[in-house]
Amino acid sequence: MNHFPEAWGRPRDDIYGSYNASYLPQSRGGLQSHHQPTTHTQQPIVTGTSVLALKFSTGVVIAADNLASYGSLARFTDVHRLKPFNKRAVVGFGGDVSDMQYLDRLLNSLDVEENYTSPTGDAKSDDDRALVDAPLMSAKNLHTYLAKVMYKRRTDFNPLWNALLVCGLDEKDQPFLASADLLGTTFSAPSMATGFGAHLAQPLLRRVAPDEAATQELSKEKAVEAIKECMKVLFYRDARSMNEYSVAVIDQSGVELKEDEKLENQSWAFADRIKGYGTQTV
Amino acid sequence: MTSIGTGYDLSNSVFSPDGRNFQVEYAVKAVENGGTAIGIRCKDGVVLALEKLVTSKLLKKDANKRIATVDRNTGVVHSGLLPDGRHFISRARDEASSWRSTYKAPIPGSSLANRMGAYVQAYTLYNSVRPFGITAIIGGYDAETELSVDGAVGNGPKVGAGGKTQWVKEGGPFLYMVEPSGLYWGYYGAATGKGRQAAKAELEKLKLDPTDGECISLEEGVKEAARIIYVAHEDSKDKEFELEMTWVSAVSGPTKGKHEEVPKALREEAERLAKKALEGEDEDEEEKMEE
Repeated sequence: MNHFPEAWGRPRDDIYGSYNASYLPQSRGGLQSHHQPTTHTQQPIVTGTSVLALKFSTGVVIAADNLASYGSLARFTDVHRLKPFNKRAVVGFGGDVSDMQYLDRLLNSLDVEENYTSPTGDAKSDDDRALVDAPLMSAKNLHTYLAKVMYKRRTDFNPLWNALLVCGLDEKDQPFLASADLLGTTFSAPSMATGFGAHLAQPLLRRVAPDEAATQELSKEKAVEAIKECMKVLFYRDARSMNEYSVAVIDQSGVELKEDEKLENQSWAFADRIKGYGTQTV
Repeated sequence: MTSIGTGYDLSNSVFSPDGRNFQVEYAVKAVENGGTAIGIRCKDGVVLALEKLVTSKLLKKDANKRIATVDRNTGVVHSGLLPDGRHFISRARDEASSWRSTYKAPIPGSSLANRMGAYVQAYTLYNSVRPFGITAIIGGYDAETELSVDGAVGNGPKVGAGGKTQWVKEGGPFLYMVEPSGLYWGYYGAATGKGRQAAKAELEKLKLDPTDGECISLEEGVKEAARIIYVAHEDSKDKEFELEMTWVSAVSGPTKGKHEEVPKALREEAERLAKKALEGEDEDEEEKMEE
């Protein structure tokens, strides 16, 4: 105890040594030439919730709702979290929305650069592309790239606070689905879900597609149906979700993206059996 | 050139007494020997076409593309010294991507032309550099539709402060030509290189003024561009050439707002018509001779 209130509640210099101010600017006794201490992302601010995806015999279906939450506040209701990269790759973003915007810009510039070498567009046939030796980037290539970006940023202790699902077709036009997260961890499975979806939707998706062999038998219609059902379950149980969502199907014919879907045939009959939260008195 | 040999042509950035910069004029000469390059601004898009002279039979056919994409919606074709063109393109790509990172939107054609004009002009000012030995044609399509700002939330006002000015039409096709002096203009039809005179004569016959209502469409433009390149090649018939063509339309058009190569089928059809048109002219001339 001393007579300097500013020192109260701080570790005592005589016990712990003097405060390490190296991260502070010089004006505050530190070593940094900037005016502000260096800061890194400590937490996400505006967030998107789960992303779901499921492989089927000829492609992949992916979905995410259109909500961006600010804490528990449903702040933005028209945020599209599925970003098509080209005609055979789509990325779904969960987690921080500003980091999603950063990654989206990164992907945009990557796409522009990819098309420098030869002015070939999506409309062109693969025969024409083969002629100029410029194959279209596959979902697998894109996943590798994004996973490296995520890993680099976590290694800098400045992570991009996202959970990504990358899906589409690989170089051999086979369905591809894999994830990358803020730690740079990658994972692949016949069905995938990020965030709350990993707990609530993944078991339901695994019932539809327990293994790779099962996805070979799965039709597009069945897969879309399963994903829509899971979006509904998530809306029932995830308090950071919304009933409007985006869904994309990627197969040989390209990307079919719908960004203004609504949940259908909701039934809240189960709700009155839930006890223990909120304002219930019985 | 009366002043040749008087020493005013030895250094860049030095005027002759009659107010000319000879190094720039010599650069123009370098352009005049290159294969013909043209651009046509049509009602609903832009076509760029190039007479790519085959310098060696050992080069792979249809490889080594010369018309470059600098941004999704913008292409550049040039005639003159190839490496100078490469550098021009690389600079244009840097300008386009730095604009994107600043404004989160693609660079408008007018701004790109302005920046590239300024860049090329700077190469006429200093002793340590020489002017660009190319004339470049920049063509593209500024989107008329609202472009999504990545992950943008909310839409903002439609008109007024923070929105658009009412009644003003935004976007559309653009075509600019930048010369070695740094001079650039916007054109309805532009031609440069060896066959530019013949090409310009053909371009002037086309209906390209968008205000007169009869402006040609993009598909017609592709066929005309192929024909004009074939006409321009008539004077150097002994040399083989490949026709390279790219196009860009609105988001609603065939290229979905992107600058890309004209599909092989359409290009071959345009070439077939071009050859037929040339044969037709020859027959007409022969008939006249007979009369």
